[in-house]
Amino acid sequence: MRVALLADVHANLEALTACLAHASGQGAEAHAFVGDLVGYGADPAAVLDIVAEHAAKGAVVVRGNHDQAVLDGTYDLSASAEKAVLWTRGRLSPPQLAFLAGLPLVVHRNEALYVHASADAPADWIYVTDPVRAGHSLAAAEGARYVFSGHVHEPALYFSGPSQKAQGFHPVPGVAVPLTPRYRWLAIVGSAGQPRDGKTEACYALFDSARATLTFHRVPYDWSTAAAKVRAAGLPDRLAHRLERGV
Amino acid sequence: MSAPGQGLRPGTVVDGFRVGEPIYEGGQGVLYAVERVSGGDGMPLLIKVPRLGPGQPGETVVTYEVERMVLAALQGRHVPRFVAAGDLEAQPYVVMERVEGRSLAEATGPLPAAEVARLGASVARALEALHAQGGIHLDLKPSNVILRPGGEAVLIDFGLSRHLHYPDLLGEEAHAPVGSAPYVSPEAVLGVRNDPRSDLFSFGVVLYELATGKLPFGAPTSSGGLRQRLWMDPAPPRAREPAVPEWLQEVILRCLEPDPAERYPSAAAVAAELEHPEKVTVTERGRRLKTFGSRRRMGRWVRQLRYGEISLGEKAEPGARVVLVAVATQHTNEERNDALREEARRLVMPGMRLACVAIIKPASEPAGAMRGATSERIRHLVLLRHWSESLNLPPGQVTHHVIESGDAAGALLDYARRNHVEQVLIGAPPRDVALSGLVGTVAMKVMAHAPCTVTIVRPRS
Repeated sequence: MRVALLADVHANLEALTACLAHASGQGAEAHAFVGDLVGYGADPAAVLDIVAEHAAKGAVVVRGNHDQAVLDGTYDLSASAEKAVLWTRGRLSPPQLAFLAGLPLVVHRNEALYVHASADAPADWIYVTDPVRAGHSLAAAEGARYVFSGHVHEPALYFSGPSQKAQGFHPVPGVAVPLTPRYRWLAIVGSAGQPRDGKTEACYALFDSARATLTFHRVPYDWSTAAAKVRAAGLPDRLAHRLERGV
Repeated sequence: MSAPGQGLRPGTVVDGFRVGEPIYEGGQGVLYAVERVSGGDGMPLLIKVPRLGPGQPGETVVTYEVERMVLAALQGRHVPRFVAAGDLEAQPYVVMERVEGRSLAEATGPLPAAEVARLGASVARALEALHAQGGIHLDLKPSNVILRPGGEAVLIDFGLSRHLHYPDLLGEEAHAPVGSAPYVSPEAVLGVRNDPRSDLFSFGVVLYELATGKLPFGAPTSSGGLRQRLWMDPAPPRAREPAVPEWLQEVILRCLEPDPAERYPSAAAVAAELEHPEKVTVTERGRRLKTFGSRRRMGRWVRQLRYGEISLGEKAEPGARVVLVAVATQHTNEERNDALREEARRLVMPGMRLACVAIIKPASEPAGAMRGATSERIRHLVLLRHWSESLNLPPGQVTHHVIESGDAAGALLDYARRNHVEQVLIGAPPRDVALSGLVGTVAMKVMAHAPCTVTIVRPRS
């Protein structure tokens, strides 16, 4: 089974459709959306409709901190994110809000645990930015061989072996990394809708459960349209700029 | 089929491969000839089965996984072609091309310079092909090179290797094996596993051996002995074998530079020189007939160190005699800290300065850790100041320094040398640590190489 893993779509319809098309070309048979479906981007309703469609067909979907903020109006976010959250709230229909409200924080399916931030206190939105925090998340995800997360927008792969000390790795796009069985693996799949590592290409990863491999992908998409929509919606200019520069 | 981790009986069929006679039995595994039960393209094959299970060292399984991952990622005539691999939990194995030819280990030096250059160029071209794909061998030695009948070199045994496109499973191991003692590069001894120029150092050892019939650093058996190559320069090949021409010595010693930046920039560059010896620019390196004195040796080594230092910026009393105390702020051991403090109290008199030094490990990647690096240094600075507070030394008589370095002993020695330290105080390793343990290595190396008196302080018990 090949599962396309998407995180931090952030209401970027152009990035989402490009990633889904790429994943389909790579033989993806299932999908998982690991949080932050909305916030920042100009197409929250269209993005939620696509994700809800996949959810109806069995896709894993978990809640992110921006999804949470849209739901309950707690704005523990940056100024531009807060503006985007308020704006997003006004664009969603009751069924779309209900879909967000129904999302779990964590899904454990087969050997994988899906969580937006850290499996260690999922509602605290801890950024897994180093091997120590990755180790905490892996320790909390006992029973899962793989942990798939987002929240941090730069892709990364962590693993911990029998010595229990986690280690990090910067994945190379397009290389199928064997997730060897003696280790437990935590993948930050990278942001589809707002990449921040200086590249504009959308991030997603493809997990092949039969071969136990994970491939990180970068997908070029029409970021100029996505940025133009952000400006047209009256959202902060900085959010459009980020898409144009990948920052 | 046999139980996981056990040897195979000739005649057994494993996943479509019929097992033949054993070819080689080593500490970590067994090689057998195999052939496909049906099909096959005539390429001779072998199966490598790791020795796993009770009584086997844990790294055997890691080196098996590393070889399987890296070999599957490599292509070309300079590595054995990867064919298949078995499931670790059912029957771990790797089936690969059985490379026909003779081992480079059969070529025993001293050989004529032209022959050394010919063999060396083949090996360097194989390294070039490996490095171009993102691979680093990290265990290059004659027995890991096979020369095809046409003269092409093939690199074998990727159990300690690294591929930059894949996670480094061995980097995670607390006691990761480093390459073979006579050949391993100084930075690999320190745990660096991402620099292709490490292979060029090992290549230099191979060339040295082919040219002189001797090993430049001998065959050390302790980690202290291994670390010596950080600052020791080997006897020039021409001092051991007068027939070695200057250009060949130039090439060999450039490969053996302790600082990777002073070696050839790439395997292709050294291959080009071995293929055209007339183009080698001979410097002092090619002409020298003696090793350097110890001062210059130390200089070589110090350049090799890379660390950041922060201190509390206290004014030191000028001209004061300096006592260095190494405080292990990373491992709280109250008894040892107390014993060190007592010794410092006894020793530091007016007109002397106590330099309190803590060595911390450099922050590791990914970059998230970088943000914490400065605050981490400050945290250790605070611990260090706390350690010295009860000594009640007046300003000017005590300073505090946190140094970030992967080589604690090297950093301490460097500080001692730069500050004309008169005496070093360092805690003894715990009694239950074997001599080969890290702490033992630090204290013992400082003792062996400090330019001054060293007192190893052990808590009274």
